[in-house]
Amino acid sequence: MKNILGLFVALLLGVFIILALDTSASFPEFGDIDLTERVSDEYLDGNNIDDVGSANIVTAIVVGYRGFDTLGEVTVLFISALGVALVFGGVPNKQNRLDLKFKPNFMLKTGSKIIFGFILVTSLYIIFHGHLSPGGGFPGGAMIASAILLLYLSDDKFRSNVKGFKLLEGIAGSLFVIIGLLGLVFATYFLQNFLPAGTVGEILSAGIIPIIYVLIGLKVGSEISGIVDNFLTEGESV
Amino acid sequence: MTMTLFDVVSTFIGVLLIAIAFLALNSNKLIRAVLYLSALSMLTVVAFVLMKAPDVAVTEAVIGSGLVTALFVFTLLSVKRRETK
Repeated sequence: MKNILGLFVALLLGVFIILALDTSASFPEFGDIDLTERVSDEYLDGNNIDDVGSANIVTAIVVGYRGFDTLGEVTVLFISALGVALVFGGVPNKQNRLDLKFKPNFMLKTGSKIIFGFILVTSLYIIFHGHLSPGGGFPGGAMIASAILLLYLSDDKFRSNVKGFKLLEGIAGSLFVIIGLLGLVFATYFLQNFLPAGTVGEILSAGIIPIIYVLIGLKVGSEISGIVDNFLTEGESV
Repeated sequence: MTMTLFDVVSTFIGVLLIAIAFLALNSNKLIRAVLYLSALSMLTVVAFVLMKAPDVAVTEAVIGSGLVTALFVFTLLSVKRRETK
């Protein structure tokens, strides 16, 4: 009875949503949207792409035109990692590692050690090609963290080098700001692209965009790995 | 009204998404619900690629079906069932 009622409510709401959006002028057919009405012409103009030098237009906007917003996003992630560390990492030696209900067997141990390398290589590829292909610092960094999580899953004695991660995170974050300040020194505004754009489509192009994305990748990866470590080893001393 | 291949594939994926979401809500074991949620994320990735948003697809694949699923599975593996009176 509960299921039938749920199905009925879901179908009713679905029909309402479809009817409301079908006639709405702000929700045109897929593929019929005129992008110039929604995104500034500056971002889509082919000549400006040559100035920024990033083949991936999403990266051009996220890091090139709106680098300051990205700095804010990274700061938000940093604050959330700080909160997790405050809650879970505060009391040393009070509780030991989270005990899982299973012990990792030989297949899991060996398999995850093999897969770990592949995931790490893929994440580095995604980070380094952030200005050329889909992806970039944020997904690549999260991928690094999932590789670390796999190591935690496969070995119940494993501890990653948390202090090294914290150091890496601090250095990457500081370098991001320093590069922004260098833009102020060599050019006119914060986070301005002061390096030559180069040829669009090459790995060494787009000025400071790949540098910043590598820094973001390292920072996000070490931050989420720190969060994972805090979750799995509540209060265990480093 | 003629259906192109894109329409057919996107309709198929949309119906499959709803079906898997229903299964995730209605499964008896929590671990099954988590796995259905992971499958839902994976299909969403396909939908994002179809809608020509590969950047979003990469992020969804990593966060949605990677990290979040792993977090849920870890949590489920570490909590203990308490006997109800």
